Amino acid sequence: MTMALTPRPSPHENDVPDRATPGRPVHRRPASARPISARPVSRRALGVGALAVPGLLGLAGCGSDVGNGGPNDIRIVDYYNTPADDVAINGTFEKCAEELGLTFSREKVPGDQLIAKVLQMGSSRTLPDLLMLDNPNVQQVAASGALAPLEQYGITTEGLTDPVADLGMYDGTLYGIAPTVNTIALFYDAAALEEAGIAPPTTWEELHEAAAALTTPERYGLAFSAIASYEGTWQFLPFMWTNGGDETDLDGEGVIGASRFWSDLVREGLVSRSVVNWGQGDVIDQFKAGNVAMVVNGPWNIAGLEADTPDLDWDVVTIPVPEAGTDPVAPLGGEVWTVPVTGDEEKQKKAAALLKAFVAPENQLYMAGERSTIPGDTAAAEQFAGEHPELSTFVEQVSTARSRTAQLGPEWPRTAKAIYTANQRVLVDDTDPAEAFDEASRTVEASRTAS
Amino acid sequence: MTTTATQSDARAAGPASASRRRARRGDLLVRYAFIAPAAIYMIAFFGYPILKNVVMSFQAYDFTTFFNGEAPFVGLANYTATFSDPIFTRALGNTALFTIGSIIGQFVIGMALALYFRKKFPLSGFLRSLLLLPWLLPMIVSAAVWRWILEQDNGALNRFLEGVGLISEPIPWLVSSSTALLAVIIVNIWLGIPFNVVLLYSGLQSIPDELYEAGQLDGATGWKSFWHITLPMLRPVVSVVLLLGVIYTIKVLDLIIGLTGGGPANATQTLATRSYEMSFIEFDFGQGAALSNVLILIALAFSLVYLRANARAAKKG
Repeated sequence: MTMALTPRPSPHENDVPDRATPGRPVHRRPASARPISARPVSRRALGVGALAVPGLLGLAGCGSDVGNGGPNDIRIVDYYNTPADDVAINGTFEKCAEELGLTFSREKVPGDQLIAKVLQMGSSRTLPDLLMLDNPNVQQVAASGALAPLEQYGITTEGLTDPVADLGMYDGTLYGIAPTVNTIALFYDAAALEEAGIAPPTTWEELHEAAAALTTPERYGLAFSAIASYEGTWQFLPFMWTNGGDETDLDGEGVIGASRFWSDLVREGLVSRSVVNWGQGDVIDQFKAGNVAMVVNGPWNIAGLEADTPDLDWDVVTIPVPEAGTDPVAPLGGEVWTVPVTGDEEKQKKAAALLKAFVAPENQLYMAGERSTIPGDTAAAEQFAGEHPELSTFVEQVSTARSRTAQLGPEWPRTAKAIYTANQRVLVDDTDPAEAFDEASRTVEASRTAS
Repeated sequence: MTTTATQSDARAAGPASASRRRARRGDLLVRYAFIAPAAIYMIAFFGYPILKNVVMSFQAYDFTTFFNGEAPFVGLANYTATFSDPIFTRALGNTALFTIGSIIGQFVIGMALALYFRKKFPLSGFLRSLLLLPWLLPMIVSAAVWRWILEQDNGALNRFLEGVGLISEPIPWLVSSSTALLAVIIVNIWLGIPFNVVLLYSGLQSIPDELYEAGQLDGATGWKSFWHITLPMLRPVVSVVLLLGVIYTIKVLDLIIGLTGGGPANATQTLATRSYEMSFIEFDFGQGAALSNVLILIALAFSLVYLRANARAAKKG
């Protein structure tokens, strides 16, 4: 998830149009892997299209026009802007490029503008040699035929768990690979729990009890993000999935039960109703301010927690499950690297070679450590858990985590929107979860048949 | 033939002649040459995008279009999808409430402040410039600060209201579907006040004091002088303020995106936010264009009213 970009989001940061997942994928034609340059070019129409869409005009101007740096210069586009991310990514590329006798030029795009930038580069045939994408976007970009299958360059899913491999798969083909991944878990104020005499919750019942015990006039027991963006859905998924809910069955008991669990917490005042307006950055800020005792959030906050609130005694457990003994299932987040089809086969090969070196397990270990994320490679992740005990909960949570797009592919964003909208109706208007998700299911069905 | 010489020649040349006609043509050419840069600019940067937007609304213009350039025409499909979208009706209603509410609030407060600043008093200049502050702030900054002020549990507004004993329970400004739209309207009123004050104040300046003196002799003071002198004299300015206000307000996007993102549960979704969402989050540019065309039509209707009113005023003047 892209929130990973902002380890220390400001309280006023507005996460509203979510930068994580783009929208509706429509692929009326089967995507072919034909190189883009060979396609009938109607670039004129596209250039004009950009004119008609004022938002894109601004984008056309942003970023430097690098590239053309010779046959050995690899153009890279990503959104790693925070210093920690930037240094780790740059350092790894520098090392790998030197070994391969290549050079590279990196262009960093603001996180929420990456997809628009990709669209603009796609229409002007200026896609870079290596492109980073947030994992829920891979399917759509791959479906448009803009990405090269990676197996032909000897990049495989070997060593990855299926869900991690799924992050970069579209239609059974590997288009992207994630060096590191992340997920969400439950952060708690250890001192507050101790004071209340409760152990970290492991089941929903315990979570409910703990939230009740920790709620005071000045403090809520628990917080999660239920904002009207893909972030709200991403935070709901662990509850939905562990309860047996599935994105292909929105009006099923599993989904409705999870929504009811959220809604009970809010109605009883254990969770602030404001969560419908809180992004994940707002949630962790409330935790830092002591307004909330437990929050659902990701490892990208660890550096910020240590820096901003050194006195806060916090710890992390996996997200509580409905029944003791069930495996927690959280969504996998993380960015995936792809090789766009630029038409220059030689360059694509070199880019793929650079990517292959970049995602080597030892580099994964280094980047994961620098960026508080988890190596995608299973063996590296195990080693990592030993070296970084503070992240071991996340390593554990990742091992059972699930990819968001594995089942629905490019259909996912539409369903994700239906889910957060239904949850907002439940939390804000006290709509019955069954009614809200029944409508969500019908909306998804209707828009599917419409296109 | 030189165009500079022709004008006087033509005038001197008595009855219509070939040279005069030629001169006139040259004259016209010069005129058009002067208009040309502006015309080209307007057509390229205003006319074309609108035309393209209209064309796009009849196309399946989506994510893949950007890569393969294919945007097949789909007839009215985008419009039928737009009108059958359950959020559309809600967005339309919200747009109306948002626009009317904002305009009334901005105008009434703006007028009151403009009248107040007519009086001469110390610090009036300083206070007037303070009043411009909301105008100077980037919209997204205002939205972020207001989001903080309107926060339910720790927000400044609820803390204040509770402190003075006006409310006992915090008001869920941005997190309840029944108050979110109201909250967004309040913030937009705050944003729109400077515009109203500045225009109304300058309109008030142009009303001669003698009128009030004469009115006073006839017994028109206070409210009477406001109704019978100020308002009628201010009418042209008021119509400009209201019409421009409607056109500005109907398309407000960043403020709503910043405050609520159209939520909770679509409570603050307007045509503008929905069209943005369609195009830039769901990447259905075709349907986004269709929706924004509906918005453009509504704004256009108000623009026509404005232009006609202007034309009438110009004739009168």
